[in-house]
Amino acid sequence: MIEGWLRADGRKGIRNTVLVAYLVECAHFVAAEIVAGFRGRDVQLIGFPGCFPNDYAARMMERLCTHPNVGAVLFVSLGCESFDKVRVAEAVRASGRPVRTLVIQKSGGTKASIATGRDWVDNALSDIATLPRTAMTAADLIIGTVCGGSDGTSGISGNPAAGRAFDLLVAEGAACIFEETGELIGCEEIMASRAITPALGQALRDSVQKAERYYATLGYGSFAAGNAAGGLSTIEEKSLGAYVKSGSSPISGLIKPGDIPPRGGLYLMDVVPDGEVRFGFPNISDNAEIVEMIASGAHLTIFVTGRGSVVGSAISPVIKVCANPDTYRAMADDMDVNAGDIIEGRRSIDQVGQDIRDLVLAVAGGQPTKSEDLGHREFILTYKSFDPIGPACLPRTA
Amino acid sequence: MTDPFLLMHPDDNTLVARTQVPEGTEIATATGPVRLTRPIPIAHKIARHPISAGAQVLKYGMPIGIATADIAAGEHVHVHNLRSAYTPSVVLQDADGIGKGA
Repeated sequence: MIEGWLRADGRKGIRNTVLVAYLVECAHFVAAEIVAGFRGRDVQLIGFPGCFPNDYAARMMERLCTHPNVGAVLFVSLGCESFDKVRVAEAVRASGRPVRTLVIQKSGGTKASIATGRDWVDNALSDIATLPRTAMTAADLIIGTVCGGSDGTSGISGNPAAGRAFDLLVAEGAACIFEETGELIGCEEIMASRAITPALGQALRDSVQKAERYYATLGYGSFAAGNAAGGLSTIEEKSLGAYVKSGSSPISGLIKPGDIPPRGGLYLMDVVPDGEVRFGFPNISDNAEIVEMIASGAHLTIFVTGRGSVVGSAISPVIKVCANPDTYRAMADDMDVNAGDIIEGRRSIDQVGQDIRDLVLAVAGGQPTKSEDLGHREFILTYKSFDPIGPACLPRTA
Repeated sequence: MTDPFLLMHPDDNTLVARTQVPEGTEIATATGPVRLTRPIPIAHKIARHPISAGAQVLKYGMPIGIATADIAAGEHVHVHNLRSAYTPSVVLQDADGIGKGA
């Protein structure tokens, strides 16, 4: 059994974190110095660097600061940036969490703001330590999956094993999210045939076509010559290698960053912006994708790597599944699961899938992941723009 | 000894090498044992049974393209006998996975 934290809004978390969130790059240093006073405690830094307003960033910040793994939030503002700090703080207050907004220009500058911020965080840590606990099961969890630093082994060991773990977790009632529509070209019809309604199937097809157009405008081709040397023959083979992370459950919905799955099942996250191409690449690094899954409520993320990523994330733990046995031996301190055993014939895809599922439950129960234990708390949030999802995208909750 | 090839899905007509498999290695296929006529690098594919030109090539139980020639059981399946149903693949001289850069 998992002992989680029950939030005032009824959601259940697997961690109890104090967030310190800067609302413009100009407040980043002060926020980081506040966090630096709590090394070894669960106090984490997130933020948005831009001074110009952006609806997506505002929504993401609100979702992240009311995430069930979060117990209290300190916002750090310079004072003149465009971020609507009153609105985001109101949303956190309405969720029942302790919240404070520190405006550096009105708090005596750098030194005084750091001292005030540290005092507040110190008190917040004591306040949230006594919050009510609650029993959680797999059916209470939202789990994301991404892959990064991929190589030829990702598609034959790590990704299929992550897919088996998703099948097990969906069967237990969890909500599981996969993404990377830009890497699903060639999978549209197969994916649409798994949708629980024809209208959702069409929405899934449309999301991949949007990604295809978006990447074509950016001049970004997905199949590189090096892929062929690594054994991949066609774009659809490359896409399927990533797609198998989704497992074989029916697809229950299509969400965009910040949309929270209304019930258990498998969901595709559409991370490609809507409208004309603006602000550059949809997600500039793996952590941007992880952060979007967390904004959609992910309690933890399964990250499959072949070449060897080391990242973790703020707010929600990252479980690293290493697809390549040589990489695993070289970077064992950073890896939670050795899916390279499949390559070397020591364990089957099903066995590694079961191990990943078991580890998800153990991490939900408090066991730290490798990246969490090492102190990795990467975070990135940039400019994007989305239209709301259509009416066919979410399953009925009756 | 561990089988040097992985079957990703029961419906597949391909097998995937889990390590670099040397030329001459005997492989059990659906139509009897065959010897590899060339080395197969890790993550590359061979035919699990004979595949006719024009047939779908399956991996993960899903189509990864169309055979452009008849492929014998145990033969390397790659850009020389498999094309995308979507867009042509960009390939260089090292596509066989054996040349420099593999």
